[in-house]
Amino acid sequence: MRIMASMFISFKRIIKASGRSFGRNKGLAIVNIFIMVMMLSVITSLFFFNHISQFLILSIQARVDISAHFRFETLEQDIREIKEKIANMDGVEDVEYVSQEQALKDFIKRHQDDPVLMESLNVLGFNPFLSSLNIRAAGPVYYQAIAKFLETEPIKEFIEKVDYKETKPAIERIFALTANLNRVGIGLVAILAIMAVLIVFNTIRLAIYSSREEIKIQRLVGATNWFIRGPFLVQGMMIGVFAALICLSFFALGSWLISPRLELLLPGLNIFSFFIKNIWLIFLIQISIGIGLGMISSFLATRSYLKV
Amino acid sequence: MIKFQNVSKIYPPDIKAVDNVSFEVGSKEFVSIIGRSGAGKTTLLKLLLAEEKPNQGRIFLNDQDICRFKSTKVSELRRKIGAVFQDYKLIPSKTTYENIAYIMEVIGVSDFEITRDVAGVLEIVGLTERANSFPAELSGGERQRVAIARALIHRPEVILADEPLGNLDPYHALDITRLLLKINTLGTTVILVTHNKNIINSLGKRVITLQDGKVIRDEQNGRFIL
Ligand SMILES: Nc1ncnc2c1ncn2[C@@H]1O[C@H](COP(=O)(O)OP(=O)(O)O)[C@@H](O)[C@H]1O
Ligand SMILES: [Mg+2]
Repeated sequence: MRIMASMFISFKRIIKASGRSFGRNKGLAIVNIFIMVMMLSVITSLFFFNHISQFLILSIQARVDISAHFRFETLEQDIREIKEKIANMDGVEDVEYVSQEQALKDFIKRHQDDPVLMESLNVLGFNPFLSSLNIRAAGPVYYQAIAKFLETEPIKEFIEKVDYKETKPAIERIFALTANLNRVGIGLVAILAIMAVLIVFNTIRLAIYSSREEIKIQRLVGATNWFIRGPFLVQGMMIGVFAALICLSFFALGSWLISPRLELLLPGLNIFSFFIKNIWLIFLIQISIGIGLGMISSFLATRSYLKV
Repeated sequence: MIKFQNVSKIYPPDIKAVDNVSFEVGSKEFVSIIGRSGAGKTTLLKLLLAEEKPNQGRIFLNDQDICRFKSTKVSELRRKIGAVFQDYKLIPSKTTYENIAYIMEVIGVSDFEITRDVAGVLEIVGLTERANSFPAELSGGERQRVAIARALIHRPEVILADEPLGNLDPYHALDITRLLLKINTLGTTVILVTHNKNIINSLGKRVITLQDGKVIRDEQNGRFIL
């Protein structure tokens, strides 16, 4: 009971000392919060950046697909078998069979107002169209597998030609681009995050460096390490909480302002609703990084001055 | 109660601040330590506070070897000692009141007792008016009295006072000496380092004289001879 009571008193005193020190060093606290807001903003914008790049990648990927055209003599049954196999492949979203007759009908429907084309079709006297499979896959990664599959025996024998709606090099370029974009993005995230963390750590360390004499004196009059460290840890935590709150409101306002403009540029992208949908996750990320970093920095920074 | 056993302290590269010193101080004793500046008096007190570790020998407080103490035990040891540092070591960001109250907070005394005792001690050292001043706003003598107040507020077993009279006028010096004597009669061991010849000679207590880190004289009812 006595131990509990004295722990409670210590706890209360640590909190009080933190508040007092925070109040007396407002300038320093504000600098620390400012730096922390910058760091959290970097991390939060990377979160947004990731969302926007995902959106871009998806919208590019949705626009490409493959058509495989079959030789005249290919039997419908063979084509249907191949269709089944492709439909069962990884990442294939949709396979549509277009018969020769269907292709002809589509052509006539599209060009019925063009007498020259209609006349030449009549002169030809037979249906020049090939039956085909139109394949749509979930992403560029899968096109390569599909293309490879179409080149294996005996399927290869049935196929007249394979059409990539956006020609193959374009698909590959997009594929390479998105892969690179992701790699660069991850690298950027890592570098910026590490830089931000180091800057925050250093600012807090500098703030505590100015208290090193005070820490030494506290040790000399008999305070335990935790009693001395407590107020610094609580201040680190307070910096984290304030910074997270500021950063969150900052992004709420920012995404609300930017969202309509960005939507003009990229229809279907609404970053404000993305923000609202993920507000708890974003706040959780901000506050846990803020508190964690604030406290860890304070812990490490006080350590060397406590060895008296 | 306190025992120094062949203690030596060498500061790098080879400054022998304390050289093979042995002595004992009994419980409730009043001992003065004198010696020229640089004789090793402050170092001796630092060793007893475990602020410095001896290169040789052992130091006991209540039969415990303090040189072996880990961080938590060191804190415990320091709470049993009230120290007046030669350079005061007041916490610059705390007021007079907070500096004195801090040690009580550390120990876990109730708020009621802190308010009561700090007010009492401030009155004894004559600083009630300066309770809310920061150390930078105080004169040397006032700071010294804050340091003294902080050393005795928690009724420690031992008081180490490193030249606590240095910056005081004769009136306050006498006052503080009387205070130390009174605390001593109430059962606290006092180790006083001072250059004040008149005070030493009028005390009629034990005096240890240091020279070049060595004890050259240790007399009951000693006098100020350098
Ligand atoms: N931290 C230190 N590093 C190196 N030498 C020191 C240090 N502290 C004290 N000394 C030296 O040790 C000797 C004793 O110093 P000190 O104990 O402060 O003397 P006193 O308090 O008797 O004036 C002096 O020669 C001083 O220069
Ligand atoms: Mg000295």
